[in-house]
Order: sequence, then structure tokens, then C-alpha cells
Amino acid sequence: MTTPDSPREDEDLAGHTVLESSEIRRSLTRIAHELLERNKGSQDLVLLGIPTRGVTLADRLAERLTEIEGGPIPVGSLDVTLHRDDLRRQPTRAPGATHLPPEGIDDKVVVLVDDVLFSGRTIRAALDALSDVGRPRAVRLAVLVDRGHRELPIRADHVGKNLPTSLTERVHVSLREVDGTDLVRIERARA
Amino acid sequence: MRHLLSTADLDRDSAVTILDVAEQMSVTQQREIKKLPTLRGRTVVNLFFEDSTRTRISFEAAAKRLSADVINFSARGSSVSKGESLKDTALTLEAMGADAVVVRHPASGAPHRLAVSGWTRGCVVNAGDGTHEHPTQALLDAFTLRRHLVGEPGTDLAGLRVVLVGDVLHSRVARSGVRLLNTLGAHVTLVAPPTLLPVGVGTWPCATSYDLDAALQGEHGRVDAVMMLRVQRERMNAAYFPSAREYSRRYGLDARRLGMLPERAVVMHPGPMNRGLEISAQAADCPRSTIVEQVSNGVSVRMAVLYLLLSGERSAPPDRAPTPGLTVSAGRTARDLTAGGAR
Repeated sequence: MTTPDSPREDEDLAGHTVLESSEIRRSLTRIAHELLERNKGSQDLVLLGIPTRGVTLADRLAERLTEIEGGPIPVGSLDVTLHRDDLRRQPTRAPGATHLPPEGIDDKVVVLVDDVLFSGRTIRAALDALSDVGRPRAVRLAVLVDRGHRELPIRADHVGKNLPTSLTERVHVSLREVDGTDLVRIERARA
Repeated sequence: MRHLLSTADLDRDSAVTILDVAEQMSVTQQREIKKLPTLRGRTVVNLFFEDSTRTRISFEAAAKRLSADVINFSARGSSVSKGESLKDTALTLEAMGADAVVVRHPASGAPHRLAVSGWTRGCVVNAGDGTHEHPTQALLDAFTLRRHLVGEPGTDLAGLRVVLVGDVLHSRVARSGVRLLNTLGAHVTLVAPPTLLPVGVGTWPCATSYDLDAALQGEHGRVDAVMMLRVQRERMNAAYFPSAREYSRRYGLDARRLGMLPERAVVMHPGPMNRGLEISAQAADCPRSTIVEQVSNGVSVRMAVLYLLLSGERSAPPDRAPTPGLTVSAGRTARDLTAGGAR
């Protein structure tokens, strides 16, 4: 997930843009409305972003929810590194920060927020991490992009965009707060 | 990072990474459920050829909190007392499939020997070797300093002034500490009687002094932390100072010297303390003393070290099998086993 360099020039070579800034904004607004509809208001909602870009998305969603419903929505982050099942297959990664809202998550409706849903293993790790820090009444999942290829029986409750991909492609999500620009790109693996 | 043998192997960035990971680990230790599944299925052997309470317990707690299996081995009551060599002990542990070996040994250089000899394929963590190094202690001291005096993750200890007092000659904590604190940008002053400063201390990256009062007043009028070292009676085979009373008067941290310290300065001691000798009860129990906190920080720091050594693909089983050869840790030359220990 890197910042794409000059999208026009190597459009065909390196991939293409699937979501632009305005589309990301509309997707998040729709997800915010869906969350409120499903939950019948913002009561007991807690948003937890999965680092890095999930945290940014959770912050933006919380902003939208506050705009729509009024009243602050508790938002935090949940690091899943220490619960991953692929630690031995990847280079060592430093764990990120977990910040829980002061109200805690016991008996709340926790919405996990991530940028891309792929194999489902991150979410599995997140569910484990979640059970170590409390016992929510319900857990939901909101993602910006669902690119398929699940390896576990996990599905998102709220999806910004369903993106059929092949396994050789890569999905890059850039967000203004982290990468300086809002963009979702799909890239073919270079041979 | 393949092994942790010496703080000299750590550059600023890797040291800061360890401290940052330790910070995250310490957050998980505030929770009701302190256990993480991270190192499930990994085996950590605590290989202790020398008595130790807190270091062994601390490593054991750290490994268990990360769900690793822990095997404790102490020389007393084992085949070592029947004359088994370090090599044969290591080969036995290798046959049992140790992923990490935490070694404490009275001979300086023993962990290094273990790491480069090929006797074991596990990661080697130095938990104190003779009068050489004790890197995890230095890391936990740096962690404690950063928490109290800097606060921000991702930062080093640039500009902090630390005074290290006591038996530097026999202290592996001092050797590791000076190197690490220097790497992290702190200024260290060693204070000890001339007999307890090692030969060649002039080449260390720190200042030295024989006068504690002068050092506490500070050339620059500011001391951020005082680290007391234990007077190691078990290694005192010569007359290093005339009497305990005189040592205590000249180099002990008592109420008067405590009063000389600035408001925010902290008092540290790696433990175990000789109360009344190098540190008075008042100083040990005062609010600015971090001595108890250092122990709990030790668990977080050792969790971080074990995590960084044992997670990641380099130590994964598939690449263990085809490469039985040596993976040498960066930058140190082999040390003869007997050279340091006989000092």
C-alpha cells in the first residue's frame, strides 16, 4: 500500500484507479448510514480501526456518524500483530498501538474497520485480540474494499466497494491522512 | 536481529524499536488477560549457570506471557554439577528443539560462544555473562528512563545526564548500560573508587569521577538519573575499599545526597540491593525511586526481545533445516571463554 506515482503515465502498465476521493467519501457516508440503520441509532456503537489505514477510516466514519446523529462516537484502534497466524512467514513486524475508548468495549456493539478485506486472516486475528480486551455484545465488520479470496468463513457487514480481483493483483489504498491523497488502485503483478 | 549478545550490536534505530515494542507489550500487561498467543509452539530455554532470581523469573514470565513453552535449567542440581560441558549441555538442548536459549553464565563470552559455535540453532539471548554484558538490563533501564524523562515513543534519550555509581569493575550492567545509553544519546558519568574502575575505562564513551558529590552537583548543574550499582561481594576477592562504612559514606546514596538531586531526577538500582551499603532505605523507598517499576518493565522489555528474535521468517522452521551452519551476529569477534571470567 504505497502512494501511487503519477497515475496517468503508467495507467496500463501498473494498474488503474478504482475509487477516487469523492467515491471514497460517498462510500463512507453510505456505510455510516447503514451502521445507524442496522443499529437503530448510535447507541452503544464503538468503532475500532485496525492499524494503519483502518484507524484513519474509523476516525472518518466516527466523524460522519456524529454529523448524522449528533453526539460523539467512541473510536479507537486495535492492533492485531501479536495475534497473527503468519508471524513466522513474514519479516518481523513491530506491533502497533491499541487504544480503547475509556468506556471500554464490554457489552458494546464493536465495529471493526479495515481498508481491504482479503483472506480474512487479519479479521480472525482481530477477533482474537478483541476477546483479550473485553466482551462486546456484538462485533460487526466494515471495510472500504472487499477483494474476495477469503480463506476463512468471514464476511463483512458493510462494504464500500466489492472489487473482484485475481490473486496476482494488488489493491493499494491511499488515504489523505497517511499517504497524502485519497485513492484506491488495483495493480497487476509485474512479470 | 538473530541473537542479543551485547548492547554494542544495537544501533540507535534497533534499540529504539525494542523500546517501542516493549511499550506496546507493557500496554498488554495492564489488561485482565495478560497472555498473548504470539509465540505459541516456540520453546524458550532458560539456561542459568549462575544464581539469579529476578532475571530468570522475568524471562520466564515474558516467555509465558507470549505463550512460549519454557524450560528452566539451572546448573545446580543438573548434570553440570557432574561435570558436563557447555557444549554438551547445548547439544542436549538443541536435540530438544529449543528456539531460543537465554543464557546466564559466570564466564564472560559464554553466550557468544554458544551463538557462533553451531551447537544450537536457536536464538541466543545474553542474560548476563561474567563481568561482560547484561543487555536486557540495560534495555529495561533505558526503557524506564525514557518513560520517566522523555515519555514519547519513537524517541531516544538524547541529552539526558545519567550518573552510574558503584562497582563498575565487576558490573556487566554498567558495561551494557554505558554502551546503550551512549548509543541512545545520553551522557553517562561513572562514579566509583579508583579500585573499582576497570582498566581501560578511559576508552569507554563516558566520563568518570571519583567524587559522588561533585558528580551529583553536575558540571552542567543537572542530573536526570542516578543509577546505583550493587557492590558485588561475591566477586570481591581483594580489598577494593577499606571498609563497608567508608564506601557507604563516600559512594552510598543517602538522604543528604537524595536532597541534592533535582526534582525530576529518578533513582535506579538493578537489584538486588544491599540496603545500607550502596543505597539507604530512604533512597530506595522514596517516591522517585523506580526500583520496583524496573522489575515490571523488565518483563515488557524481555517480551519485546523474545518477540523480535522469534517472530519473523528468519527463524521459521523451514529455513532452519537446510542451514545447519553458522549465523554470526553482527560485529563482534570471538572471545576466549576464559579471558573475561578470570578477571
